[in-house]
Amino acid sequence: MANVHIKDLIDEFRLELVHGERGIHRTISTSDISRPGLEMAGYFAYYPADRLQLLGKTELSFVNGLDERIRRERLRKLCREQTPGIIISRGWEVPPELGEAAEEMGLPILRSQLTTTRLSSRLTNYLESKLAPTTAVHGVLVDIYGIGVLITGASGVGKSETALELVKRGHRLVADDSVEIRQEDEKTLVGSPPDLIQHLLEIRGLGIINVMTLFGAGAIRNFKKIALTIHLETWNQNKTYDRLGLDEETMKIIDCELPRLTVPVRPGRNLAVIIEVAAMNFRLKRMGVNAAQQFSDKLNNVIDTPDYDDF
Amino acid sequence: MLEKNLTVELKTGLQARPAALFVQEANRFSADVFLEKDGKKVNAKSIMGIMSLAVGSGSKVTIVTDGKDEEEALKALEKYITTAE
Repeated sequence: MANVHIKDLIDEFRLELVHGERGIHRTISTSDISRPGLEMAGYFAYYPADRLQLLGKTELSFVNGLDERIRRERLRKLCREQTPGIIISRGWEVPPELGEAAEEMGLPILRSQLTTTRLSSRLTNYLESKLAPTTAVHGVLVDIYGIGVLITGASGVGKSETALELVKRGHRLVADDSVEIRQEDEKTLVGSPPDLIQHLLEIRGLGIINVMTLFGAGAIRNFKKIALTIHLETWNQNKTYDRLGLDEETMKIIDCELPRLTVPVRPGRNLAVIIEVAAMNFRLKRMGVNAAQQFSDKLNNVIDTPDYDDF
Repeated sequence: MLEKNLTVELKTGLQARPAALFVQEANRFSADVFLEKDGKKVNAKSIMGIMSLAVGSGSKVTIVTDGKDEEEALKALEKYITTAE
């Protein structure tokens, strides 16, 4: 998993480093931010020391109103070995007791001119995108009618050829062969190509082609949310393939379950059309129209009506 | 499953042509072969994946093989990238 250093934060948000320069290489490993309000009131039982600490107007004015001995003790308790850093918002003065404790521990104290809420939400967004879990998958990602479809399958099964046909039909290529996937939140996986090979497609017999220069800017996308995965495999006589489409298989990427279809490959089967229709059918299902389910209900109805053949 | 950490000694690193040869070599085996560099793992049977890693001479990589002929696959690929030539 990626790590963010205090130094990256200073560069990104143009923060002023007030104390604790020794600690600018401390790492932030969680995107949660803590505003230690209750801690300032003396309640340290659940103090999340591993988070970035944000002190705003409320916390600071409260601290400044405390008795000096208590203030020193509480501010000192805020500085822990695992704390990545403390940020002061609105350009407030750093309480000298906090500065002292931070210098001793080499804990960076940073200052921003932004308001606390604004800074807090921007920090969260930044940290969440930087700390999102990522992985790389062998496959092709295509945007078909606005649905991000990840095509997987063994090498040489025809993923790239299918992608080419899909591009020719007006869909968009995101990544060929290697797809970098980042989990943006619990339910969202976003795929993008590695920089070096974006817009490129490798077709056996032709070599590497550039889809953008060949088909135009409309034929590519730089990232796309993945909604559906399609696994291609050579037709296996002993395996039963889904004939109804009533059950939904899923595939797990990072912590996210994605619907998955397995499509057998055999000469004479036009994969691009099948995948195109799979994407359309997936959209239709999400809009509430499930052909397989409707048919099955109808069939059950007929079976359950005993005098159906009486007329 | 076999795994081996290696340093690439191939003088040119895996430029386009050497990468193509590497992938061709990997495809001779039925085992699944992966190449890992800086925490990024790609299928070694896919040329675009290998090239996206930009493996230079001297880089540290890990070869992972898994399947019936994993030993032969590992040996062959190791030989290819650790021969300076």
